Amino acid sequence: MATRAQFENNNEIGVFSKLTNSYCLVATGGSTNFYSVFESVLDDVIPIVHTSINGTRIVGSLTAGNRNGLLVPFYTTDQELQHLRNSLPDEVAIQRVEERFSALGNVIACNDYVALVHPDLDKETEEIIADVLQVEVFKQTIADNVLVGSYCALSNHGGIVHPNTSVQDQDELSSLLQVPLVAGTVNRGSDVIGAGLVVNDWCAFAGLDTTSTELSVIESIFRLHDAQPSAIVNDMRDSLIDSLN
Amino acid sequence: MEYIPERKQQMILCCECGVTIAPNPANMCVNCIQLQVDVTEGIPKHLNLQFCRNCERYLQPPATWLYCELESRELLALCLKKLKGLSKVRLIDAGFIWTEPHSRRIKVSLTIQKEVFAATILQQKFEIEYTVGNMQCPDCTKIMAKNMWKATVQVRQKVEHQRTFLYLEQLIIKHNMHLETTNIKVVKGGLDFQYADRSKAIKMVDFLQTVVPVRTKSSEQLISHDIHTSISNYKFTYSVEIVPTCKDDLICMSKKMANSLGQVSPIVLCTRVGGVIKVLDFSNLKTADITSDVYWRGDEISTVLSSSSLKEFYVIDVEPVRSAKNMGKFALADITVQRLSDVGKNNKEFIVRSHLGNLLNYGDTVLGYDLEVSNINNKFFERLSSENVPTVVLVKKSYSEKKRKRKQRNWKLKQLNKDEGELTAKKQAQKKIDNDYELFLRDLEEDPELRQNINLYKSDVPVKSSNSMAIDGEHIASDDDGDEFDDGEELPEVPLEELLDGLALNDDFDQDVEMDEDL
Repeated sequence: MATRAQFENNNEIGVFSKLTNSYCLVATGGSTNFYSVFESVLDDVIPIVHTSINGTRIVGSLTAGNRNGLLVPFYTTDQELQHLRNSLPDEVAIQRVEERFSALGNVIACNDYVALVHPDLDKETEEIIADVLQVEVFKQTIADNVLVGSYCALSNHGGIVHPNTSVQDQDELSSLLQVPLVAGTVNRGSDVIGAGLVVNDWCAFAGLDTTSTELSVIESIFRLHDAQPSAIVNDMRDSLIDSLN
Repeated sequence: MEYIPERKQQMILCCECGVTIAPNPANMCVNCIQLQVDVTEGIPKHLNLQFCRNCERYLQPPATWLYCELESRELLALCLKKLKGLSKVRLIDAGFIWTEPHSRRIKVSLTIQKEVFAATILQQKFEIEYTVGNMQCPDCTKIMAKNMWKATVQVRQKVEHQRTFLYLEQLIIKHNMHLETTNIKVVKGGLDFQYADRSKAIKMVDFLQTVVPVRTKSSEQLISHDIHTSISNYKFTYSVEIVPTCKDDLICMSKKMANSLGQVSPIVLCTRVGGVIKVLDFSNLKTADITSDVYWRGDEISTVLSSSSLKEFYVIDVEPVRSAKNMGKFALADITVQRLSDVGKNNKEFIVRSHLGNLLNYGDTVLGYDLEVSNINNKFFERLSSENVPTVVLVKKSYSEKKRKRKQRNWKLKQLNKDEGELTAKKQAQKKIDNDYELFLRDLEEDPELRQNINLYKSDVPVKSSNSMAIDGEHIASDDDGDEFDDGEELPEVPLEELLDGLALNDDFDQDVEMDEDL
């Protein structure tokens, strides 16, 4: 299910929130409207954490994470780090990253298995990503853009990439990620997918400007039509039974 | 073999309507962009054009009036200039859509480009309808209000006949001075030349000053005045008075003036009126020039007799004065004449000293002033002692009316388009005008120097000298006598080589002028 949301009159909600399968970070805003939208969908399923990174509200751009872990930039204060540790489930690893490209959300795009990263990222950072998030790391660009986190949105079911991504690039990325990809837009034609859209395996939040056409693309590629948290369990059970057989 | 990867165009869905499109900067299909933004915004779709019905011109703001054909480049330019907001877009194409000419609508199809979102240029074609409204242009307003002039030149001459004006008319035609007038009006005693602006009137005044002795006076009348901008609107009037003296007039002047003009006698004949008045002392062939300044300075020169008072005389004897030298065509002679009316009745003869010694022979008739019977009111004339006053002054040779009747003119003159106004001649007056014209033509025939300044045209069908019947001046009405003295002498006529080709009488003036330039 895809929901439209707006953070203080701003449609780039991916900048102000981070959604994974096991937790959700939202920026502390002036009002709780933005939080309420997430709460109405995610309440009681995964923890929703109000936080800031080094006092800023752009938590989505600065952090990268998936079900297994969360990477925060080196300037995250101890207090904020402590707050995150306290709020997130115990199995989620949290790690500060000493990286020149400190807007980790913009340079890392990941689901629970694969991460696409900025080609100029440090070797050490790459290793940290692989360790903490437990993913395979690929240095990639999307439609010649190095900010892979900004120009795509990924889940374990699919992904949307920048509209100018050529068919060959889509095929290549798709084979790396092992999920179907589609070129698309959010926020009425905006190509900054990562900033306009946050997604996990059963829900997605897009900017308020996103048209119904864009939402239908999002829902179909991320398979959100009948997605419920329990569906994963069913899926998993089916595959487990498959593999046991 | 080299592998050439097949470039397949990736497609996205239009974010508004879901149509599959190639990605573009707006990520929207063209239709949706056009629905969302109107590039023609700010460009009016309906406009008015002002059109003057009378002169068929369009108003180009602020104050220019242009003549344009329908569907012409000029009209398109004018239509586009009227469009506000065209500066914010790029104009790709413009053209007319045909409309009925009487619909008073002009439709223009425009193709424009404009950048809409970041780096998205949208091209759109649309129509603009112009409604043609009527509006009288200032020029036509002036014409309609009979208020055609801003400056007028009033040319007047206080004489009985029109000949000076006929000559002036020919000079004006020759120098194309009539082209700038808005109207030429015939008024009592002269002509009014009307002009749309002052400088042209001044030019006309200057021209007149060079060709005839005149005195001028200018005056102006305030029509309107805007106190805010200090702009005043004036009408200018230039009064030009031509000296009331014509060729062949008898001039009398004060002794003092006569002395200052080179000791001529106080009674002289006018031989020519050009830039100056040329006078001839017929008793000793002295000539003098009177400039207009001198003429108007005091009241010391005046015309005492003019050509309407000419009488015919019969030449009995010509005796050249031996001692005197010839002056051009003139030669001094003592001529014995008798009044033509006296011939056969009495033997009253006059012996006259005259300048016509070369031209006259025994048996000729000659025109002259009969001072003995003339009633002259002039203070200078009265002061002259009777010995100094000749009894008869011979002026020019006359030719018999019979010969003139037979004669057909092989030339003609152009005429100005004049507005006769309410002065359209009555029958009697028309006769006088025709008479003046005929006399003017005769003057031209007899005087090659006069012809120099004007254009004569060949006439294909020689017109019979039509107006001999109309001539009723007593000095010419001598038909019966003419025959007896017909000595076979040729009438003066205009040599063919002086004539110009091609005067089509029905042509309008502009064409005539073109012909002049060709010649």
